[in-house]
Amino acid sequence: MSEQAPPVKARGLVKRYDDVLAVDHIDLNVHTGDVYGFLGPNGAGKTTTLRMILGLITPTQGTAELFGLDPMRHGARALDGVAGFVEAPRFYPYLTGRKNLELLAALDGDDARSRIDDVLSTVELSARAIHRVGGYSHGMRQRLGIAAALLRRPQLLILDEPATGLDPAGMRDMRVLIRGLADQGITVLLSSHQLPEVQELCDRVAIVDRGRVVYEGALADLRRQGGAGYRLRTTDDVRALAIAAQHPGVEHAHAAEHDLSLQADEREIGELSLALGRAGIGILALTPELATLEDLFFRLTESGAAAPADAGAPAASERLESLAGAQ
Amino acid sequence: MSAVAASPAPPAAAAPSHRGRRPSTLTVYRWELRKFVSQKRTYLGLFLAVLMPLIFVLSQHLRQHNPHEQDNIFAAQITQSGLATPVLMLLFESFFLLPLIAALVAGDVVAAEDGNGTLKTILTRSVDRGQVFAAKTIAAMTYAVIAVFLSAAVATIAGVASWGFKSITSYSGTVVSAPKALLLVFAANGCFLIPLLTVVCIGVLLSTVTRNSAAAVVGTVGITLILAIVAQIPGLEGLQGYLLTNQYSNWHGLLRTPTDWAPITHSIWVCALYAVPALVAGYLVFLRRDVAGG
Repeated sequence: MSEQAPPVKARGLVKRYDDVLAVDHIDLNVHTGDVYGFLGPNGAGKTTTLRMILGLITPTQGTAELFGLDPMRHGARALDGVAGFVEAPRFYPYLTGRKNLELLAALDGDDARSRIDDVLSTVELSARAIHRVGGYSHGMRQRLGIAAALLRRPQLLILDEPATGLDPAGMRDMRVLIRGLADQGITVLLSSHQLPEVQELCDRVAIVDRGRVVYEGALADLRRQGGAGYRLRTTDDVRALAIAAQHPGVEHAHAAEHDLSLQADEREIGELSLALGRAGIGILALTPELATLEDLFFRLTESGAAAPADAGAPAASERLESLAGAQ
Repeated sequence: MSAVAASPAPPAAAAPSHRGRRPSTLTVYRWELRKFVSQKRTYLGLFLAVLMPLIFVLSQHLRQHNPHEQDNIFAAQITQSGLATPVLMLLFESFFLLPLIAALVAGDVVAAEDGNGTLKTILTRSVDRGQVFAAKTIAAMTYAVIAVFLSAAVATIAGVASWGFKSITSYSGTVVSAPKALLLVFAANGCFLIPLLTVVCIGVLLSTVTRNSAAAVVGTVGITLILAIVAQIPGLEGLQGYLLTNQYSNWHGLLRTPTDWAPITHSIWVCALYAVPALVAGYLVFLRRDVAGG
């Protein structure tokens, strides 16, 4: 195991079930300290990819490494420092919450058992730990799943839709918990289709659609690529639009309902404002407008065929730019 | 859901490369047994193993006995020595009940985890698949051993309490003292474990392959029944010595004087012909299978 090895490195992961190509040449790069969002609509191949990363299913093609070790070749050793759950966390319903954790601690070895009280306290299940898991609510099982993951003192936490099925308060609490764990230096790979959750928690994302990665990189870059837009309101919008449309560096200028919408970088916006002043047009409001993750997500996943699998992120960004221009 | 505390979790380890003591297969095995202890299904089989000898003894108290009407030498001695009871119980239970009890757990041991989705839970901890498979197989075998000896113990206690701790007459017609007969009773049960543990291996294989508890249990019992039927088909007599179900009576040699070891040694290698491929196939399937459920 290399100390420099990234928490997750997947190369060319493919999973085929007979005629169905569930995952199509996925590359992932999760760096140390990332809170990495793994986004995609239902059926996009997120869970299948996570299962391959954890060694639960064999890739048809490609490799996945956790801290430099491939679970398919190195077995449980590759999971050292790795914890989490895929789909809903599952436990033995006939055992109590504590017994379930004792079992998992025994399967972790080391001193995992000594941390049971701490992790139960962290997820606020201490009082219910003596009850059988069969009687737990969905939210309690999700929290027990987090507790089971924390037993391993993970450096990489892989969470698959951790907020699914939780009520709004539970979702908020789950986000607070994940943020807290990330703040402690735990790398988080968070699979989700809850866009606000990803936007709030993640700094880097991969977006998958129909088994392919259509974007991988920093969330901020994605939003920039989605178009740095501005809303402009002036004393004479008709003339202002004509000037903006002719101004170099300003793109996609058009009239909106109450103002103008256009795209340009900061320098060009500065020059445009001077040009408007010289033309005697007063600027009443100039508001920057970054695309939301939700906008970008839908643009990438609802606009026809996915980008070529081998094209990777650059092709996706080009596509995103062209899509942004079409808005 | 109540609020999840934002209190600090246990800090992350310095580096994942510094891994300490790994769990042994023995640890996994112990937890498999603890899971058994916590499941009602476990007690169903053991309950049957206890109930049958009690029903048998009770029924013998209620009927008129004529030793000369009995085909089996131990049936003829049923009221003369309590030690005839465990021998007869083994004779009766070995063809269906004990294989059924063994199949109940062996067929369920992997498939139930698959159905509950807990296989993925344990396979993402620090144990290898081979350890999990070994632990489950040994635990299922342990259960079969317990069922056999529990039934034997209950039959012995109930028989001795009813008809005394007395000598018995063996298949060869020689009288065997009570202490030696007791020893032979438990040795006979031990010999029966050779084919029974083979049934367990088949059950574990089916449990791994089918991923369905009911199918695996029924399939295991079905295989033993089919083999028993094959043994009855005229013209296939030459196969009988190689059928698993024919090895169920391997222990009869212990109750002869002198001891006839031939059926026991024969059963060892015949059972190995069934058990080893089943175990190897189950192991390979378990190692390579996709854990996609749950």
